[in-house]
Amino acid sequence: MALTNEQIEKVAKLARLSLSPDETEEFRQQLSTILGYIEKMQALDVEGISPTAHAVEVDSTPLREDVVAPSLSPEEALANAPARSGNFFLVPRIIE
Amino acid sequence: MSVIESSLAELSRRLAAKELSAVEVTQASLDRIRATDTKLNAFLHVDEAGALAQARASDDRRAAGGSLGALDGVPLGLKDNFLTKGIPTTCGSKILEGFVPPFDSTHVTRLSEAGAVLLGKLNMDEFAMGSSNETSAFGPCKNPWDPSRTPGGSSGGAAAAVAARQCFGSLGTDTGGSIRQPAAFSGVTGLKPTYGRCSRYGVIAFASSLDQVGPFGRTAEDCAILLQAIAGKDPRDSTSLDAPVPDWVGGMAGATIAGMRLGVPREYFVEGLDPEVEKAVREAMALLEAQGAELIPIDLPHTEYGIATYYVIGPAEASSNLSRFDGVRYGMSKREEGGLREMYFRTRAQGFGSEVKRRIMIGTFALSSGYYDAYYIRAQKVRTLIKRDFDEAFRKVDAIVTPTTPGVAFELGARVADPLQMYLADVFTLACNLAGLPGMSLPCGFTSAGLPIGMQILGKPLDEASLFRIGAAYQAATDWHSRSPEVG
Repeated sequence: MALTNEQIEKVAKLARLSLSPDETEEFRQQLSTILGYIEKMQALDVEGISPTAHAVEVDSTPLREDVVAPSLSPEEALANAPARSGNFFLVPRIIE
Repeated sequence: MSVIESSLAELSRRLAAKELSAVEVTQASLDRIRATDTKLNAFLHVDEAGALAQARASDDRRAAGGSLGALDGVPLGLKDNFLTKGIPTTCGSKILEGFVPPFDSTHVTRLSEAGAVLLGKLNMDEFAMGSSNETSAFGPCKNPWDPSRTPGGSSGGAAAAVAARQCFGSLGTDTGGSIRQPAAFSGVTGLKPTYGRCSRYGVIAFASSLDQVGPFGRTAEDCAILLQAIAGKDPRDSTSLDAPVPDWVGGMAGATIAGMRLGVPREYFVEGLDPEVEKAVREAMALLEAQGAELIPIDLPHTEYGIATYYVIGPAEASSNLSRFDGVRYGMSKREEGGLREMYFRTRAQGFGSEVKRRIMIGTFALSSGYYDAYYIRAQKVRTLIKRDFDEAFRKVDAIVTPTTPGVAFELGARVADPLQMYLADVFTLACNLAGLPGMSLPCGFTSAGLPIGMQILGKPLDEASLFRIGAAYQAATDWHSRSPEVG
């Protein structure tokens, strides 16, 4: 599967990654090769086969009693924050 | 014999008999790390003061007549994707350099409650994405049997540290072979339990439907002792299974495999398999047969689709999981100029290495509009077919025996330029994750060049007990697992 630079740039944008022109070209070649290999899946007949999201049956939304339990203090939760303001994580401006 | 040569089980007996103190054993491990790690780079962080304090506490307990059990006072290592409160955790990535977690993973809590001594954090491929430890942002870990070669990945440090006698056991994670492949390459025993057997709480996520925590040890018994301490339902992980945890260690005493039916899949003995690996694994199977097991040829017809399926599902889940690394709450944050959006793009571009970016790109592509059905949903359907192959096989056999890897540890640098070639190294290990099965790698020989060879045993869901029995029977009759490399 031959990908174009435009496709790579679009995917990078969705993934919030800025790529240098060299990286774009490298990923274009590598992803084309890898997706080409992955295409072998297309040869299989999967008509009527249901998808497996988890190998083991798990209850995806188990409910528990709504009881208060100890959790991180604001100081602990914010200890690694690159920037904070009071008890909030501070981010750069959102609206230009 | 130096104390560092004993197995975890043997050390545990000697600590209980007060022949050795935990402080003296911990000091021996720390000395060994200091003497060998400049060569190996297995540890990313050594917590010397913390380890010695835990060892003293263990000795105090014993002096007062108490003990927390088999792991009390035993020095262990942890792959650097387990969160450790107050101790740096990088996941092998620059994006988490300097990150100090505010809480412990469930495994760290359970090991501490069992009295274990935690020596430090072990090298790994960045975000566990890699098969050679070479994607680590902190330099590759080296194979103790030949430092020009990879110890395997992604849990390379966790395997190498046990092989080099730096610690008596370790915990790693396995998403597509990341415990079993480095165990094979480094000549140690490694187990990936059934999906859900262990919690994933506090382990930095790679692919949530495939990730599973498991032990490395010198023997199957060592792995059983470690799994015994960490297995079982965790209210903090809804995918951890509420299944009884059997007494694995007790079940191994005098284990026999007479009458056990072992499946040998045709698809795992094909062109591309190193002849020396095939010979060693066939000899190991013959030994299991001589011990009373029956070898039964089986088919796993969708084996050839495993890599393609895995390299859609793994990256898709990873691209979603890794969206949390955005420069807002922890880790690297590049906010010199521009707004929030610029911070996201710049932080992720500078914080992630190329393999991580590659997987995020593959996963984002597979989940993107227009490709979702053809890639992601189709891969999940093929996953169903792969799982059915195993369901079918396990109607006829109790466990499955294969080589762990098609070849032995390769030279560092040999495959970094060709990602697809690197992915193909996982061909025998990743179906186990797709199907959620338990799998173990046991040392079963060496090549003429002196490199370790691994045999893989796959079991039915929740039947780790059979893997331990086979491991115990095999290791009672062989000594591959007790050989140790000359390091330094």
